[in-house]
Amino acid sequence: MRLIDEFRDSTLAREIAARIHREAVRPMQFMEICGTHTMAIARYGLKALLPETIRLISGPGCPVCVTPQAQIDAFIRLGTQPDVTLASFGDMLRVPGSTTTLETARAGGADVRVVYAPLDAVELARQHPERRVVFCGVGFETTMPAVALAVTEAQRLGVANFFLFCAHKVIPPALQMLASDREIALDGFICPGHVSAIIGSETYEPIAREHGIPCVVTGFEPLDILQAIWMLVRQVNRAEAKVEIQYTRAVSRQGNPAAMACVERVFTPEDAEWRGLGVIPGSGMRLRETFAAHDATRFVPAAPDEVSTPSICECGRILTGRQRPADCQAFATACTPAHPLGPCMVSSEGACAAEYRYVARPSWP
Amino acid sequence: MCLAVPMKVIEVTGATALVEQAGVTRSVRVDFLPELAMGDYVLVHAGLAIERVDAEEAAETLRLLKEIADAAD
Repeated sequence: MRLIDEFRDSTLAREIAARIHREAVRPMQFMEICGTHTMAIARYGLKALLPETIRLISGPGCPVCVTPQAQIDAFIRLGTQPDVTLASFGDMLRVPGSTTTLETARAGGADVRVVYAPLDAVELARQHPERRVVFCGVGFETTMPAVALAVTEAQRLGVANFFLFCAHKVIPPALQMLASDREIALDGFICPGHVSAIIGSETYEPIAREHGIPCVVTGFEPLDILQAIWMLVRQVNRAEAKVEIQYTRAVSRQGNPAAMACVERVFTPEDAEWRGLGVIPGSGMRLRETFAAHDATRFVPAAPDEVSTPSICECGRILTGRQRPADCQAFATACTPAHPLGPCMVSSEGACAAEYRYVARPSWP
Repeated sequence: MCLAVPMKVIEVTGATALVEQAGVTRSVRVDFLPELAMGDYVLVHAGLAIERVDAEEAAETLRLLKEIADAAD
């Protein structure tokens, strides 16, 4: 596949890894923010190619994993209303709420549909004017332009029965929080390539400048990730802290201004809770007043009880890099992809699911 | 969740384009990429082309990768 296979050359990968082995002489800890990076690192076995001096830790960049349980419960309460069709990206369906999942609710008769594109949910609403079609808006800056476009199209076309439950989050405030956390002590950020295609690499400049942490905006093929790690090692060795773009074929300093303008027209920032990280100021998004007629949060049924998170689940500590998946006592025993206790094991991009699928490969069921 | 696939633009009609990769063709929205032309590559995520993929920059990255590798000998 053009523009993909070239960046999967295993001979070249081993040569880059050899260079990293030679130059990474002291211990360094890098965090990959994005869940798609977590998945690629596990899939291509990149940790095994790296020297022991380099520790890669997974950050909070899996949108499904950081969606608080209360929001998942709200999706489920909405989805079980008799006149509601809930449209969602596929990876939300198996995330455990307090008592059930969207998948189980669907098996029990709820009208829950998996859509590939947010605009498909607008089309669904057009085809079923008698139903309220609610799209579960989960995702970071990569996804928000597609959702913002769907909302503006619904308004333009007068699709009054299309609604958005906005649970979107933005990356930079979370990065600021992690950069300030002395307990985590990072030597570099592997910054998300596709989030940055939208927002630009400029966003990370205050993090590099104020916290002295090197940032490299990185693509998603194995050679991209290895090159980025080498670039971070080079910055550490030179005692530099700047923002570099490895993924120059898709990312510029300023991002995609047209996409950002549409996002800003539709959404406005608010404080948001992240699972495992708590409330981060300005890290969430809600619909602007202009689009209030399409806001599903106005008719979410009230929560019956307090939210319960399984006490054994360590997702919160894993999402901030304080613990590795294998350190959790439930990992691969009580908690598996078939029976996940927490979101890090549900989403294919979760640190636990990636570790289970590609690294741990346990032989027991 | 942030997966996006590079696909080649076959045809542009207003805010919609037909794109292709590895024999798979798909119709995507291109509202945020003005002046898109046939033969351009775009990153597709959730039915939307979010950014162009610059083939010259891709070649430059591959050149840099070989340079990094060669210095390891």
